[in-house]
Amino acid sequence: MIVAEQKPLEEIEGLIAEARKVLVVGCGTCVTVCFAGGEKESGILASCLRMASKIDGAAKDVTHITIQRQCEWEYIDAIAEQIGEAQVVLSLGCGVGVQALAERYPQAWVVPGLNTAFMGLPTEQGVWEERCAACGSCILGLTGGICPIARCAKQLLNGPCGGSQDGECEIGRGTPCAWQLIYDRLKAQDRLHLLLEIQPAKNWSSSRDGGPRKITREDLRLAAETSE
Amino acid sequence: MSEGALQIVAFCCHYCAYAAADLAGVLRLHYPAEAKIVEIPCTGRLDMLEVLHAFEGGADGVMVAGCLEGDCHFRTGNLNARRRVERTQAVLASIGLEAGRIQMFNMSSAMGKRFAEAAQSMTEEIRALGPSPLRSAVDGRAEILSEQGVAENAQGPAT
Repeated sequence: MIVAEQKPLEEIEGLIAEARKVLVVGCGTCVTVCFAGGEKESGILASCLRMASKIDGAAKDVTHITIQRQCEWEYIDAIAEQIGEAQVVLSLGCGVGVQALAERYPQAWVVPGLNTAFMGLPTEQGVWEERCAACGSCILGLTGGICPIARCAKQLLNGPCGGSQDGECEIGRGTPCAWQLIYDRLKAQDRLHLLLEIQPAKNWSSSRDGGPRKITREDLRLAAETSE
Repeated sequence: MSEGALQIVAFCCHYCAYAAADLAGVLRLHYPAEAKIVEIPCTGRLDMLEVLHAFEGGADGVMVAGCLEGDCHFRTGNLNARRRVERTQAVLASIGLEAGRIQMFNMSSAMGKRFAEAAQSMTEEIRALGPSPLRSAVDGRAEILSEQGVAENAQGPAT
């Protein structure tokens, strides 16, 4: 899932400073399960903004609504009326959600309430870790299901490097060395021979280096209606 | 609303503090009338949104009273609640309210005196902080409703 965290309240207050009527839009998917921008968090943020603005002497009318997915037109279209009434739309979706709202409602001023962090998973309740960098060319089949692109600080394809000490990456912060993890897993599965093959330099054109990415599936596209 | 009429919402665990408040009553122990008790099944049920709504609705303070640490009926509900209270304190500070307006207390169901003391100490601390700055806005709304002939806490038609 996409993992995000809420911006500091002070920054959000700055983003909505000029508006009196604010609509907080939550998203019911990734940011709900990482407790950053779901129904509950939208309600809490709306309540905080109402109270903070009252204390500051310029009470704002802050309401909130949560849609199942901010990244699909069908759900976004359902809140056209609420968006139209707001002077500022504060999206608690990921960066995709913010842009989808702004794209669907070009007349609306849409600002982000979250910092979108990474694609990852909760390793325990309350802890999220990055697992995928969306490089567009998956090599997990060679590395025992452990991604060196997302989890190695240097994104090495033939690791580990000299900064790996006792299984920990030199960047510290308790970050495990991805290549130590890969080695340990391949050894446990008696597949160390996979490491004997030197991986050539990665073609990054499928990643961000190739510019914004797009996937088109002609078989899924809806045929244009023909009129007789 | 005068300063003497502070509103303190006390979220009390069914298994300890709520029973302790009951015991305080049975023992005829005095505790401040400012504390308004809300029974919850466990302090682990405490929801920050409800706490914020209490403040938004004009509460001057919120006390959360759960079981003694290690004695939670649901094992760790009171420990989770303590962390939520700490997070809520940080949120209150960020919006301009004093963090001390919400506090956590622990007691068993046999500690009626402890409940009375906790309610007393919370009330004194909130009195020292003064009424919530949000109260004037809430009171303003109450006055408007009053002028319109709407009772904010109407219990239905008088018989």
